[in-house]
Amino acid sequence: MKNIKTNIWLPVVLIPIWYFIYHNLQPGADWLIDTVFRMPGGEHLTEAVRFFVFEVPKVMMLLTLIIFFVGIIRTFFTPERTRKALEGKKTFTGNVMASFLGIVTPFCSCSAIPLFLGFVESGVPLGVTFSFLISSPMINEVAVILLYGMFGWKVAAIYVGTGLAIAIIAGWIIGKLKLEKWVEPWVYETHLDSNPEEEEKISFGSRVSLGWDAVKDIVGKVWVYVALGIAVGAGAHGYVPEEFMATLMGKSSWYSVPLSILIGIPLYSNAAGIVPIVSVLIEKGASLGTALAFMMAVIGLSLPEMIILRKVLRLPLIFTFIGIVGGGIMIVGYLFNMIF
Amino acid sequence: MEIKILGTGCSKCKTLEEITRKVVKDNGIDASITKVEDIVEIMKYNIMITPALVVNEKVVSKGRIPSFDEIKQFLTK
Repeated sequence: MKNIKTNIWLPVVLIPIWYFIYHNLQPGADWLIDTVFRMPGGEHLTEAVRFFVFEVPKVMMLLTLIIFFVGIIRTFFTPERTRKALEGKKTFTGNVMASFLGIVTPFCSCSAIPLFLGFVESGVPLGVTFSFLISSPMINEVAVILLYGMFGWKVAAIYVGTGLAIAIIAGWIIGKLKLEKWVEPWVYETHLDSNPEEEEKISFGSRVSLGWDAVKDIVGKVWVYVALGIAVGAGAHGYVPEEFMATLMGKSSWYSVPLSILIGIPLYSNAAGIVPIVSVLIEKGASLGTALAFMMAVIGLSLPEMIILRKVLRLPLIFTFIGIVGGGIMIVGYLFNMIF
Repeated sequence: MEIKILGTGCSKCKTLEEITRKVVKDNGIDASITKVEDIVEIMKYNIMITPALVVNEKVVSKGRIPSFDEIKQFLTK
């Protein structure tokens, strides 16, 4: 019991400390570079190191804080509850709900199959299930925090908004097309009743410790990618010419959006690795729409996930899925290239 | 005692299996440990998120890797 008490009080003590450190990172980085290491100001190498020394702790701190809170929020949204909420929901409302629930329900691509089966076999419509499967990996907290940290809240909001729109509309279209015939037949042969065994009652203290677990788990896994990505960013900072990506991924070339999507699908990376790369692309002349489309294709449409889903879906359905989501991403890409 | 670890073979499932085996060994618990990888079998336990730990046909944890001590509690209760 004593343990659980500390669990609740620890964050209350740590958050002001977090806030203080976070707001002193830039002076801290400057002090380290200019006073401790006495690196000559204005040179490429100095500025690259400065960028790295400031960005890595900044992004890591943001990640820790948000993943902690998202981790707690997620204990309230179990897949069972989400399924209960979606059962029997028809078309559009269901798609909207599924897309929003996809953001907060915990998901990992290795659970894609049990989740898919659990939804479909208990009567959640196929299109609604797809809305969930699209939004859940694409709009994840790591992606959103990193976008916020590197480009500000507007880009993060655009990403979430358009990601939701794609999940809702793509799922809705898949539902309208009545593609159940392309789901492996054994899926529908079993019927699950969705009355789960008594739900575990969780105390608030254990929710907080589950939040810590999420931090340890996710931050422990992604810090390497974040550091690597930012190192690439820092390296490219002064060395790669500004307009390097302009011809390939700039606004002027019409083919840049579909090309980035095609390159993005087989690439598999988690959000933590891809956002710093995207920031490099944008800095080197890629346009915002093209870069966002690239990112969505990388984390939203991943080849390994398709291969996993092949166990339950026939190829035509997988290609339809890729086609519709890819089309959605393409529209988003062109749209933002037009606006910005 | 009959222990089953449900999971389609992701890294989390392997970690869960390792910890469980260690708990059983360190505490001299008399148990058989089976890894269930067949998705149809897994679905019979009505879970949607892996890995899951099943003790005597009852799901005791799902979607996360419980700590060493937690697993010890599950097995010695």
